[in-house]
Amino acid sequence: MELLSNLALGFSVALTPFTLFLAVAGCFLGTIIGALPGLGPSNGVAILIPLAFSLGLDATSALVLMTAVYYGAMYGGRISSILLNIPGDEPALMTTLDGYPMAKAGRAGDALVLSGFASFFGALFATIGLMLLAPLLSRIAYQFGPSEYFALYLLAFSTLGGIASRNQAKAALASCMGLGIAMIGLDNQTGMPRFTGGNLHLMDGVDFLVAIVGLFAVAEVFVFIESHGRESSIGVKLGKVTLPARDLAKGIGTMLRSSVIGFIAGVLPGAGASLGSFLAYMGEKNVQGEKGGFGTGVPKGVMAPEAGNNAAAGGALVPMLTLGVPGSGTTAVLLALLLTLNITPGPTLFTDRPDVVWGLIASLLIANFVLLAMNVPMVKMFVHILSVPAWVLLPGVMMISFVGIYSLSGSYFDLLLMIFFGIVGWIFRKLDVPTVPIILGILLGNHMEDALRRAMILSDGDWRFLFGFRWHAPSDAYEFYSAIPSSLLALAVAGFLAPIFLRRVIKKPRAVSD
Amino acid sequence: MKLSDRLFGVVVILGALAYTAGAFQIQSSFMSDPVGSKTFPLMLAGVATICGLVFVFRPDDDPAWPGRMTLGNIVIAVLVMVAYAHALKPLGFLIPTAICAAILSFQISPRPLPAAITGLGLSIGLFLIFRYALGLGLQPLPKAWLG
Repeated sequence: MELLSNLALGFSVALTPFTLFLAVAGCFLGTIIGALPGLGPSNGVAILIPLAFSLGLDATSALVLMTAVYYGAMYGGRISSILLNIPGDEPALMTTLDGYPMAKAGRAGDALVLSGFASFFGALFATIGLMLLAPLLSRIAYQFGPSEYFALYLLAFSTLGGIASRNQAKAALASCMGLGIAMIGLDNQTGMPRFTGGNLHLMDGVDFLVAIVGLFAVAEVFVFIESHGRESSIGVKLGKVTLPARDLAKGIGTMLRSSVIGFIAGVLPGAGASLGSFLAYMGEKNVQGEKGGFGTGVPKGVMAPEAGNNAAAGGALVPMLTLGVPGSGTTAVLLALLLTLNITPGPTLFTDRPDVVWGLIASLLIANFVLLAMNVPMVKMFVHILSVPAWVLLPGVMMISFVGIYSLSGSYFDLLLMIFFGIVGWIFRKLDVPTVPIILGILLGNHMEDALRRAMILSDGDWRFLFGFRWHAPSDAYEFYSAIPSSLLALAVAGFLAPIFLRRVIKKPRAVSD
Repeated sequence: MKLSDRLFGVVVILGALAYTAGAFQIQSSFMSDPVGSKTFPLMLAGVATICGLVFVFRPDDDPAWPGRMTLGNIVIAVLVMVAYAHALKPLGFLIPTAICAAILSFQISPRPLPAAITGLGLSIGLFLIFRYALGLGLQPLPKAWLG
């Protein structure tokens, strides 16, 4: 019954007209961002954050707006996958496999409607999962100390690499770079400057938003200049949109299985929506077998990845809210938003700020229904937006990025840094070095180092503490205290090594950077 | 040829060395803890060095680098952006934005008229949105003109 009273609190926050307006506006913007090739959930949310600040939104409102954008982008990504054969964002990659063949066969409308319903199913499943799982997990996480957190951060970085790149060394390097950049600025513990090179602009460290807008949005502009916007024109005409009820009914099992897989993939630290849609598609392909005809344009082939990626998007919120360890690039951006608003996600969030958590959950439930309405009956509106050519869109994105970052600090230094990150992002994309770990590193670097240093203060410098050993005074010896840190560390090692072997077995989807 | 990765590996190793040197420059303070300010950065530099060695000795295949023309375009885009970053404060929003957006648009699709219209439209449209819908305190024109 605690759940019901919490939900009641949540809806009392979410149903205020202003919050409701933000949720609807966020869904609308999010669907556009998702649908436009070149703008995905993480860079979309990133370029909107500075604007949310300048609007002076409070924590709940800002979070509701941004998660609505996040969910919306997950819905919207499928539109260009189906119509253009270009994923609107990375998690929608798998949707091209059956969505585009369906559209070419004249069933674009059916594909959009079915995938819209599948998105709704997956997202609703995940939001309910979040509602049930998050409070439980936060109760466990309540007992986590610095050694557990250090191990958890390590787990997040090592598993993130596994899916983000074909080369583990490149993923590891990206994590190191991010963590290394996070060290720039004043040392939290001693107050001494580190790696600033005497530059006053670097005293506060490198702003996370500058890095993410640079690595994602600015780098995207370079990619488009390189391709001369070739990949942007509507290829398939959309006819009348009707509800294919029979296909929908036949796909319920598919949606349920894919949602479960997607949700689990989302909850795992470092995995995220791209993995969710990939696993859901591959899993369902195996279930349907040869007769399923996956890859030739079958309805189940668009429903599985869409249910999977939307479920994963919701699942990724679980570790972000309960542990403060984001499960994907976009949740990392959301985490940054919370930290900037002086809210520290983690187990205490559920007891200290129930209004934020439950307001968010209630808003997500509402947002789902809004998104279903926008993405099924009103989908044609978004299809028109897709016809915005790249030569208008990309300069627009660039200018919004500039103004967003400029409005944060008003310094040209941050703008130059953003351009620098843009160049780095473009080169790294060429070299198959994933950029999401850099973002996560910049965001979590200081927390990770703090966890390590606090653990060492507690144990007076004994490194065995990190593995769950503790000084036991009566017996005057080290005793095994908790299995959690060592199990997390073991998982981290396994998570880092497994892809090296698994990569030979399963082919991964091309670049992953949701 | 697998030159890109080898070169990248060398750059990474040099970077890690510079980072290590930087870590030793960090001054300690009277407040100290068992780990200190240097240990974690040094660990990172160590892992990065190993990664760099992996790139040098086990490189991936070269990616498709763009031709000289495209590379030139990207350099121009970067220069335009840098100029924009410097111009935004003294010259106000409208003029630099129109020029920068038009050049970027021209680079993606090289047709002068649509590019000019895009620049002008984005500059005015975004200014109206930022100023009046979002309430950002953007300065439209050079200060001197406004008196």
